[in-house]
Amino acid sequence: MHAIFILWLREVKKYSRSRAQIVASLGQPLLYLLVLGFGLGPVFQKSGNGSYLQFVAPGVIGMTVLFTSVFSGIALLFDRQFGFLKETLVAPVPRIRIMIGRTLGGATVAMLQGTLIFVVCLIAGFRPVSLATIPLGFVFMALIAIVFAALGTAIGSGLQDMQGFQLIMNFLVLPIFFLSGALFPLTNIPKVLAFITRLDPLSYGVDGLRGALSGLTQFGFATNLITLAAIAVALLILGAWRFSKIEI
Amino acid sequence: MIRVQNLVKKFADFAAVNDISFAVAKGEIFAFLGPNGAGKTTTIKMLTTLLPPTSGTLQLNGLDPTRQPNEVRQQFGIVFQDPSLDGDLTAAENLELHGVLYGVPRKIRRERAEMLLKLFELWDRKDTQVKKFSGGMKRRLEIARGFLHTPKILFLDEPTLGLDPQSRNQLWNHVKRINESEQVTVFLTTHYMEEADRVAQRIAVIDHGRIVAMGSSQELKRRTNTESLEEAFLALTGTTIRDETANSSDQLRQMVQMWRR
Repeated sequence: MHAIFILWLREVKKYSRSRAQIVASLGQPLLYLLVLGFGLGPVFQKSGNGSYLQFVAPGVIGMTVLFTSVFSGIALLFDRQFGFLKETLVAPVPRIRIMIGRTLGGATVAMLQGTLIFVVCLIAGFRPVSLATIPLGFVFMALIAIVFAALGTAIGSGLQDMQGFQLIMNFLVLPIFFLSGALFPLTNIPKVLAFITRLDPLSYGVDGLRGALSGLTQFGFATNLITLAAIAVALLILGAWRFSKIEI
Repeated sequence: MIRVQNLVKKFADFAAVNDISFAVAKGEIFAFLGPNGAGKTTTIKMLTTLLPPTSGTLQLNGLDPTRQPNEVRQQFGIVFQDPSLDGDLTAAENLELHGVLYGVPRKIRRERAEMLLKLFELWDRKDTQVKKFSGGMKRRLEIARGFLHTPKILFLDEPTLGLDPQSRNQLWNHVKRINESEQVTVFLTTHYMEEADRVAQRIAVIDHGRIVAMGSSQELKRRTNTESLEEAFLALTGTTIRDETANSSDQLRQMVQMWRR
């Protein structure tokens, strides 16, 4: 328990100490929120879908949680390079606990970052549909964070260098984001695309978030919660297994 | 305490460790000497559960690192050859994290951390982030951390690399102290022959993944008809310089260091 806590604490401390990074990481979501929010707003409105800002804000929060949590897992690569990973791998603590501590820490950081973006959304003019469902929004944020922190750990366990990292960002993380319905509604899209978006775990996270914060859901809360929880368990097992196989 | 039999580690076609066998008794200080790329660190990685062997058997205190990694990890402590600190954490936090991972009770962990930080003259800087430390300070912290808990077996992989003579002296005194008072078995590698001569009771010379000689410093000198351990070492391993190819970690580390500037 102590080991899980201290590794969790490490992630949170590292986050709180990287002020410049926190500010920098606000840049991309802000662009999506402001440029797309206000740029696409009129078109979106004209096509009868209501306010684009109300639509896209949960998507941008989901995106932030996705990027932050995947990155926290992939930060394994940096720990490998700077050597700290060895220190934890030879410690007399089962590797599963080390993985859980890291993953929960990464998920917590992703939630903090998501909350920050949520506040930014509020400032930009986003209005949650009801106060009562905001806690549910945080539940979805947490699920997204755990799913993708675990995925990041699973990937990070096998990464050896920066080239691999770029590959993952461009061919896995960005598609997960663009195919999740964070930026556009998943209704009335081509069948093939609709099928692919159904395979994307983030689709359920974004849909859940949007349901909780903007009152628009396509799959329904039960489907979203169950799907995400199942994927979280599967990815935690995969991540733990991959982590236990790390060789230095 | 340590028993290694017919140990082999192959990377693709290259045998980094090629059929070595040795044993280290409880309370012994055993030195592993060899040129760069001889297989010293690879052997330590296999003993410390970081790398599975290709073939051969390993035992630490009767336990098998490949089958009982968790139990084996409770037997040893290690000071790595290359850095393993978290640069974002402070010196004190690095020690605290280590102490928690190794299950050192809070009171002892605080007391020892203070004692060690003072011993290695880092006490004034305990609340500074490690990334702001100089190379020598990092190295000292790394060693201080290695002594935070008292393991049954202590691995020291080129611990004195980049250390000033004062810290080196402290290090070896401390090693001798815990070896005598707590019967800690010590397995060390170094490039400084006089250190091995000073502390090690038995020495194995390894080259190209094979053990070429083993015995006390006296025996090695006698066998090679030389005056010093350094001469004996050169007689055993030749005078050609070995190249190690940089792996991807080294390359990335260099790249990151370039960005940081």
